[in-house]
Amino acid sequence: MAATVLASGVEVGAELPSQTFALRRVDLVKYAGASGDFNVIHWNERVAIEVGLPNVIAHGMLTMAEAVRVVTDWCGDPGAVVEYSTRFTKPVPVPDDDAGATVDVSGKVVEVLDSGRVKVELTATCDGVKVLGMARVVIQLA
Amino acid sequence: MALNVELVGKQYPPQAYEVGREKIREFAAAVGDSNPAYRDVDAAKALGHDDLVAPPTFAVVVTRGPQIAVIDDPDLGLDFSRVVHGDQKFQFTRPIVAGEVLHTTASVHSARTMAGNDILTIRSDVADDTGAPVVSVFATLVARAVEG
Repeated sequence: MAATVLASGVEVGAELPSQTFALRRVDLVKYAGASGDFNVIHWNERVAIEVGLPNVIAHGMLTMAEAVRVVTDWCGDPGAVVEYSTRFTKPVPVPDDDAGATVDVSGKVVEVLDSGRVKVELTATCDGVKVLGMARVVIQLA
Repeated sequence: MALNVELVGKQYPPQAYEVGREKIREFAAAVGDSNPAYRDVDAAKALGHDDLVAPPTFAVVVTRGPQIAVIDDPDLGLDFSRVVHGDQKFQFTRPIVAGEVLHTTASVHSARTMAGNDILTIRSDVADDTGAPVVSVFATLVARAVEG
């Protein structure tokens, strides 16, 4: 591992740089292809609405993949992630327009663990609504 | 048919997955992540990895086949048409890197019914060619109760 952030310099409450991600229909199609998840609620508006969703929704795993960048961009090594967990509390509806959905992600150090590990809590919102719950990342720092 | 809670602990046959550089690059591009460790072998090696490192959630690609084998088990009784993804957890022993062959054993970690919702957690244990653990993935699927 080669995280560039030193554990000794990290304190509980430290805030990581926030990021904003745009999720458009084309991004969902790309993720479906790359991940193999072709569940129709992620690309077919007719079926999504039939099953009671507000619109086509983003793959929870796509939101999870975007959100963790707040941590991996900060710590310098994506291989430093030891644990990553979340609940999918609300769907991210993706309208059929050029802007798509916008997901805002921030991160805060909530615990300094033994042997250079720290726990970060992520907050991800779409239109002010929390879309991930208990989103936590444990990373191994230098 | 309701979710069969007696399947807790059932293990399914291991499946192999060969991690390719181009698949890591494709996945990183699909999630819009331009981290050089996912694209450039020298950048990954500079961080101490043997080859391109996979994004943390790439583990879902590796464990997809074994998970589907669980969902498709005719004894399971999960109504997949009503399924939403409840939660997800990755526990890494080490990151996944390009060029290795991984072996995934999926099992029914928990299965219960709560307020009419069927809640299933599939555990997928990923090991390398030597049998050493790489990552354990827990995916919880919720089949929503039929209304009315």
